[in-house]
Amino acid sequence: MKYQDAVAKYDPVLGIEVHVELGTATKMFDAAPNTFGGGPNENTTPASLGLPGALPSVNGKAVEYAVRIGLALGCEIAESCRFARKNYFYPDVPKNFQTSQYDEPIAFDGQIDVELEDGTIVPVQIERAHMEEDAGKNTHVGGAAGRIHGAEHSLVDYNRAGVPLVEIVTRPIEGAGERAPEVAAAYVRTLRDIFRALDVSEARMEQGNVRADINVSLRESPDAPLGTRTETKNVNSFRSIERAVRFEVARQADVLDAGEAVVQETRHFHEDTGGTSPGRPKSDADDYRYFPEPDLVPVAPPREWVEEIRAALPELPAARRRRLLGEWGIGELEMRDIINAGLLDQVEATVAAGAGPDAARKWWMGEIARLAKQSEVSPEALATPEAVAELQQLVEAGKLNDKLARKVLAGVAEGRGMPAEVMAADGLEIVQDDGALEAAVEAALADNPDVVEKIRGGKMQAIGALMGPIMKATRGQADAGKARELILAKING
Amino acid sequence: MGEQNSPNSTGAADRDLTSLTAAQLAAGLTAGEYSSTEVTRAHLDRIEATEAQIGSFITVTPDAALAAAADVDRRRAAGEELHPYAGVPVALKDLVVTQGIRTTAGSKILEDWVPPYDATVYAKIRAAGLPVLGKTNLDEFAMGSTTEHSAFHVTRNPWDTDTVPGGSSGGAASAAAAFQAPLSVGTDTGGSVRQPAAFTGTVGVKPTYGSVSRYGIIAMASSLDQVGPIGRTVADAAALHQLMAGHDPHDSTSLREPVPDFLAAAAAGTREGSLKGRRLGVVKQIMSDGCASGVAAAFDRVLALAEAAGAEIVEVDMPSLSYALDAYYLLMPSEVSSNLARYDGMRFGLRVEPETGPVTAETVMAATRAAGFGSEIKRRILLGTYALSAGYYDAYYGSAQKVRTLVQRDFAAAFEQADVLVSPTAATTALPFGEEESGDPMALYVGDSSTIPANLAGIPGMSLPAGLAEGMPVGFQLLAPAREDARLYEVGAAVEALVSADRGGPVWQSAPTQYSSEAAAATATNA
Repeated sequence: MKYQDAVAKYDPVLGIEVHVELGTATKMFDAAPNTFGGGPNENTTPASLGLPGALPSVNGKAVEYAVRIGLALGCEIAESCRFARKNYFYPDVPKNFQTSQYDEPIAFDGQIDVELEDGTIVPVQIERAHMEEDAGKNTHVGGAAGRIHGAEHSLVDYNRAGVPLVEIVTRPIEGAGERAPEVAAAYVRTLRDIFRALDVSEARMEQGNVRADINVSLRESPDAPLGTRTETKNVNSFRSIERAVRFEVARQADVLDAGEAVVQETRHFHEDTGGTSPGRPKSDADDYRYFPEPDLVPVAPPREWVEEIRAALPELPAARRRRLLGEWGIGELEMRDIINAGLLDQVEATVAAGAGPDAARKWWMGEIARLAKQSEVSPEALATPEAVAELQQLVEAGKLNDKLARKVLAGVAEGRGMPAEVMAADGLEIVQDDGALEAAVEAALADNPDVVEKIRGGKMQAIGALMGPIMKATRGQADAGKARELILAKING
Repeated sequence: MGEQNSPNSTGAADRDLTSLTAAQLAAGLTAGEYSSTEVTRAHLDRIEATEAQIGSFITVTPDAALAAAADVDRRRAAGEELHPYAGVPVALKDLVVTQGIRTTAGSKILEDWVPPYDATVYAKIRAAGLPVLGKTNLDEFAMGSTTEHSAFHVTRNPWDTDTVPGGSSGGAASAAAAFQAPLSVGTDTGGSVRQPAAFTGTVGVKPTYGSVSRYGIIAMASSLDQVGPIGRTVADAAALHQLMAGHDPHDSTSLREPVPDFLAAAAAGTREGSLKGRRLGVVKQIMSDGCASGVAAAFDRVLALAEAAGAEIVEVDMPSLSYALDAYYLLMPSEVSSNLARYDGMRFGLRVEPETGPVTAETVMAATRAAGFGSEIKRRILLGTYALSAGYYDAYYGSAQKVRTLVQRDFAAAFEQADVLVSPTAATTALPFGEEESGDPMALYVGDSSTIPANLAGIPGMSLPAGLAEGMPVGFQLLAPAREDARLYEVGAAVEALVSADRGGPVWQSAPTQYSSEAAAATATNA
């Protein structure tokens, strides 16, 4: 069934679990370095390898980051919470249990506003945010496409085992309707932006710092009870999230239309086809035999500490957007363009460095973005906010016109220095020297007597015909206004 | 035996160094009467001479022990300041992780595992300069109370080599009782230090939960496990406990308070009249009624001696103890089932591929565990897995946790009425081999009923000799409130002195030092 037909007939409900890897120096429960890469199994200790006798101890920084995330999501922070063991056998889980939180998460009952492309705000209820450790990584050798099926053997790298994670679980997201794919992606993007603003993670989707499990179910109508859900695991880009939701909605609609029941299961998303395929069946009977982790004492974040963290929280993306809209007096659409281009930090810093908001936005979204696209680099690699502010200042001081400023900017982008330096080095400053301009004007008048006659006859637009030669003679550095004044003075004088 | 071949050393040849207590050895070493090398060699010789009959050790480490001893001797000669017990040898239960020395947990699944790191306890012992003689035998993963469940060989009780030394720290206790080591490190999850100490006429202590770091102690049941010292005297146990205790950042359940002076407490206990006014609580639920008559008699005799020395004997009622055993046998296997999940052939230890069918991670895990674990391990993993399963959790694990809370409350109330609680450590003296195999496992589990409550409540307990019954040692158990381990050493030292005075010498000095060759042959067959 086509997606449009599916959402016309059924009401999709989402549930999203996002895992974020925290950017702490060491792992969740031991002193092994928490760094991406490294040789296989280099970033390990007896604890992260699950060796006999090794014990975990809680990383205080990870708890602080989890509290930060919880507060930013509007959650309550538990006065005391425990870790729990989630027992299951798998080679990438060194102890054959994951140390996680079960019935006592560190943060719960939150809500965030998610803004869609057109400015629609969708509130999303957060059920909980809890701390846990990541698993290691399996590599299957000898099979097709690195899959376990048909592999000759598998290798395990425990560098990632024990990396601190916070898992954020939503309550069912209802009422998204046909915009469910967009809502899902926008929610994860909002979280990604929050993680970055909080400085708790690099939050790079492509490195797997942020991973989303997307639950989708359908029901006949918004009044009907929730349908059976599927969970598509580890969807790792915003586009993939949208595609996965679209695919699942259409697929489940087909299943329901055929009079069959949706199977509760985990599914895998395939980048190449945009489809999902069944993983292992998952039911509520799935038994991880959770019980409180006896090797760790409860974590009890002191209230004063939580309040200190709350007071020190940075401005969150939504609040910042609202503030800047007011300060800059620009439209919602323009703001969204800046945000979507990922240039809000640059524009804000450029304004802070002295440029007007319109000018700052114009430079970053215009010429710099164009140059960046041309040379396939990111805009922030081409110019600093200070350089852009200086450039604009030179324009406003009359030392550069628009065309010259673009030339100077190109020089800046090539790494040749700040705008003033490039301008001086290339001699690009607007010619204010009356002598040189006068000579150029006189030459132009002498060379174009017919044009001079027209001007004398009152055809002022003919002045334009003289500007070309004047600009040519001054290598474009003539102040056009001044040249016009001189022409009129000479003809009428 | 001993130092017959060192005629040049002053004094050492004249006495048997293995018959000295750790305190005497520490004093002699400090005074320069003999070297740590001589002391260590004497114990290694004793091990060599008696190990075939007793079987205390899974691994003996003579080279490492002598190297450590030589290092202490060199440092002492250089005038360096040393730990007071530097140079006194010690044996470690083979559940303590030792870098470079294989650590088996008494299991086939770790038969050849050589750890790449040190337990905190081992690091402390080495830092203090105590040569480690070897790794002692135990019931596999500390599960059992006879040491018959070792995957390697049985250990014999030096008092009667036809009987078990108790367990699971049976090798640690027999090493101390057979004069193979003056000190041993054991672990106690439900009585595994105290019960073998009772069976072998030694002193064994289960400290307050968190007193000694568990980092590097192969876990059985994390919320119950505690490392404990075994020695022939209360003072020796105090010294080893002192050395091992203290906060460890690697073990978040370890206590943060400074370590009390256990040696001073033990010394205070030996002072005249130290028992005066002390309230000794006899727990109604662990009375001597159900005990063998010789055990009851020895226990009652100690009570009478204490009363005569000014102690007040009170009876306390702890109704929740009727459920303690049941709670323990739900909580312990639950934690076991999870703690032992890591033995899967993937990263270390035994790896067995299935004989038939596909070789996958799952089938290798299954084959490894099937081949590597003994039947008692499998029984407890099954029990624990069941108890934690969805739908059963509340009824089993959840209820057991509630009982645990009740036991803690009962102890708190009992310690309002008594300074220490006392009971026989075990209902019998050491049992003959094979006794437990004949009956159902529950009968054996019941044997731990007097020791288990302390582990559930996290409180410290001590077993010390009450005397002999038909020639075999009887254990007297003392329990104190959490963090009051020092009280155990004080009262324990007082009781020890009373028993010694009553008998005309300490119990351990009555232990036989020669063992029948018949037993040796039997050991060889069993191993």
